[in-house]
Amino acid sequence: MKYLKFIAIGFIFGIIMYKSEAVSWFRIYEMFRFEAFHMYGIIGSAVMLGIAFVQIIKRKNIKNIYGEEIQFTPKAKSVTRYLLGGGIFGLGWALAGACPGPMYVLVGTGAWSMLIVIGGALLGTFLYGVVRRKLPH
Amino acid sequence: MLDAILQPWPWYVSGPLIALVMLFLLLTGKNFGMSSNLRTMCSIGGAGKAADFFKFDWKSQLWNLMVVVGAVLGGFFASQYMSEDATIDLSENTVVSLEAAGFQNAGDAYLPEEIFGWEAVTSFKGLMILIVGGLLIGFGTRWAGGCTSGHAISGISNLQLPSLIAVIGFFIGGIIMTFFILPYLL
Repeated sequence: MKYLKFIAIGFIFGIIMYKSEAVSWFRIYEMFRFEAFHMYGIIGSAVMLGIAFVQIIKRKNIKNIYGEEIQFTPKAKSVTRYLLGGGIFGLGWALAGACPGPMYVLVGTGAWSMLIVIGGALLGTFLYGVVRRKLPH
Repeated sequence: MLDAILQPWPWYVSGPLIALVMLFLLLTGKNFGMSSNLRTMCSIGGAGKAADFFKFDWKSQLWNLMVVVGAVLGGFFASQYMSEDATIDLSENTVVSLEAAGFQNAGDAYLPEEIFGWEAVTSFKGLMILIVGGLLIGFGTRWAGGCTSGHAISGISNLQLPSLIAVIGFFIGGIIMTFFILPYLL
């Protein structure tokens, strides 16, 4: 039962991702070529409203549904890991045309070949875990 | 109204709804980030034997896998019952550049046949494209500590500088792939 709300949130997320066309390989290609406003509008408006939500939560000290303080875990300060790791992710995002959320949404639409991408992503995550101490962070 | 739901949703509807998804997760005591579930799955699969990175209490992360289950169901529901067709209204320049790169029928479906179709998947090169694409996604997101949802949406919403740097990294990689590799891939 405690997990039902997360399935519901994922369900809503999946519908939004599909209906916004953000799960389309073509939309990602178009975005990286800067040939349409669509993806920038989606991310930009999400961030604008997101900033407002976070500010309201912090200023009004809004609690979560369990009455606890809402935690924002700050990311560690670094440049290398974000530029290099981000760059590698960007290569994959443009190649497969999907980031981790849309990969799953696409499987639901019957795009079975996405399962291969997910398999690759699991392998990539595993490889990172094995070599991470040797990488600059 | 019904017709508006069946049509593709404009950015000014979709973007704010994504912010709401982030808000729901914050209100349920979690964070919006779609790549950490990969680490959870590795841990469940026993990756902790190979690296400490996977030795953590994955049971506390099961909620993340529930979001994944929901996302798959949402994709199924939206594509089956909430859409009339699956064509993408791409910009004309995009279609022209895709044709030059060997992609036919750009925008006639969500995904190009040339990469995701049966014929591509059953060829060695096609299979490699999907596996390497996935590898880069999995390795890169963990190194960067997040993906589009964790950095671009959640991180920047919280005005975190590392997330902005990560998004710049996403675009450097994405632009290299789109302009210098994809045109010569097929």
